Amino acid sequence: MAHAAHDEPPADHDGPKVLAVHGKVRTIQVARPQAEDVTYLAATKKGIGITLRHFAKNFFLPRRKAADLGKAGGAPAQQAWKNEIETVQYPEERVEYPERFRGLHRLMQRDDGAVRCVACMCCPTVCPAHCITIIPEETGDNGTEKRPAVFEIDELRCVVCGLCVEACPCDAIRMDTGEHAKPVYERGDAIENRESLLARGIRSTAAQGGLGPDWREHAPAKAATPASHTHAPTKKK
Amino acid sequence: MDWLNWHNVSLVLDNPATKWVLLAFGLVMPLASILTWMERRQSAMMQDRLGPNRANIGPIKLKGILHFIADAVKMIFKEDFIPGSVHRGLFALAPVLALAPVLIAFAIIPFGPTVYPHELGNVLHSVPLAGEAPNLTDSIRLQIFQVDFGLIFYFAVLTLANYGGTIAGWASYNKWALLGGLRSSSQMMSYEVSMGLALMGTFLVAGSLEPGYITAHGWNSHYSPANPLNWLWLPQLPGLLLFFVAAVAETKRAPFDIPEGEPEIIGYFVEYSGIRWGMFFLAEFIEIVFISSVITVVFFGGYQVPFLDEDGFRFAGTLAALPHWAVVAMQIGAFGAKVFLLCWFQLLVRWTLPRFRADQLMSLGWKLLLPASLAWIMITALGKLILMSAGG
Repeated sequence: MAHAAHDEPPADHDGPKVLAVHGKVRTIQVARPQAEDVTYLAATKKGIGITLRHFAKNFFLPRRKAADLGKAGGAPAQQAWKNEIETVQYPEERVEYPERFRGLHRLMQRDDGAVRCVACMCCPTVCPAHCITIIPEETGDNGTEKRPAVFEIDELRCVVCGLCVEACPCDAIRMDTGEHAKPVYERGDAIENRESLLARGIRSTAAQGGLGPDWREHAPAKAATPASHTHAPTKKK
Repeated sequence: MDWLNWHNVSLVLDNPATKWVLLAFGLVMPLASILTWMERRQSAMMQDRLGPNRANIGPIKLKGILHFIADAVKMIFKEDFIPGSVHRGLFALAPVLALAPVLIAFAIIPFGPTVYPHELGNVLHSVPLAGEAPNLTDSIRLQIFQVDFGLIFYFAVLTLANYGGTIAGWASYNKWALLGGLRSSSQMMSYEVSMGLALMGTFLVAGSLEPGYITAHGWNSHYSPANPLNWLWLPQLPGLLLFFVAAVAETKRAPFDIPEGEPEIIGYFVEYSGIRWGMFFLAEFIEIVFISSVITVVFFGGYQVPFLDEDGFRFAGTLAALPHWAVVAMQIGAFGAKVFLLCWFQLLVRWTLPRFRADQLMSLGWKLLLPASLAWIMITALGKLILMSAGG
């Protein structure tokens, strides 16, 4: 609404404009509704102008390319003569996720394809949603000692915080798949077990179980870069 | 096959029931159904969204226009839940009362010119030449109910539609539904007055209450009724504005959707579900189509195509002759196009303006629209008096 009182500063900054003073009685000027306030015509015209402009632009101009969606502004040359609809039609069009997007979990594998997890119970302990269930068993191998007989993650309970990945000491669990949790018909289907998690995993090049008690001998010469796991010489078995 | 001739076909087609079926199922219901989709899609485009665009039958997608079929199927097969405490008879009657009057009111709308079946292939001359007078005995008038009090009939019948909402609110045995019904009544009473008075000026100018007459003659007998300057929007622009505002309020849609009042009371149909609710919904959209039809007929020349007379395009004295069937087809198409554009404009207004408060609604109706329409009647009457005494 084009109202004079909003646009012009009041004549008297301490209060309303005083028209006349009669002893203790002051006659002041108050803002009466203007004709355009009562009829709503000016505001209606302005509003219809705005919505009409958006409608015409979105109706007649082509959509942006899916690759340009989601980017603030985008490249100016590509955005010219395109409409303003930002909707990404998901299954057909996808935006690129950032590198650190946390997707579905996966369990990493040893060189022989076995599970890297040593059932240390760090991740179910740190998990705020209590969605990880691990039942450990003995491997019979003195090097690894334990592995999970059951490793289940309830993706419906998971809050996708990524703490399990932070807690894992041996790069066994990751959330870097870039996939969403899949829609399911039954709640039980949302529980990922050891096999499905392993199937998504790949061989990890990280040293299993840290570098061991003799890590000083294997560490790189410069002490300034401590315990670079990826460059560890051999797996300790 | 003796019976199959133009005379008998005309008899069947000229039957009001046939015409009503053609109009209701050929224009009104399809347009109203498509409006249910168009409203969502258009509002999406106004708000930089995509809107419903995915309904399809196999590869046929049509930008999502098939959503209205999906909606209809959904509403028909949805559970028809009736709360235990309602008055069952009136509860069932209310949606019918809301829907039926709007469809009946369409009877007065002329949706096309008079068709002369014998002359379909010929150029129709307004003044038949002596000696070869065409056979104009059989005619199909594309208007169901031609009566001298035409637009009064519309006011009378459309007022009945309000009983649907009020009875729905009362029969639901729900205090919010009842409030919605009461609001609907009060709004109808407030705006019905200005709506009728806003059209009064057009009656004075056109000299008739009959929409077919207004369409066929315009306001100035010196020019062809197909001349856009002869349509009533020119002398009656304030009347058009007043009527449009009052008519939008009459459809009970935003910015005047106080009876519905979604944030507070949900409205008189709060207890309705399934196809019964769908009937209220459809009635609302048919009212939009109807309001657009009335505005088209009264203010924008109805079925008239600019500069298209009965015998073809006539511009600055030169005539491009067209056969009768082409003229009829173009005129019916023009009526549909005008109605569609006005529906579009109503949706634009509905998605632009925020809701009025109940008190703002009442003060707009009683303190602004009513005095303004009364004043406009006076001005129109004075103008007509001066012109008549001056020009004779």
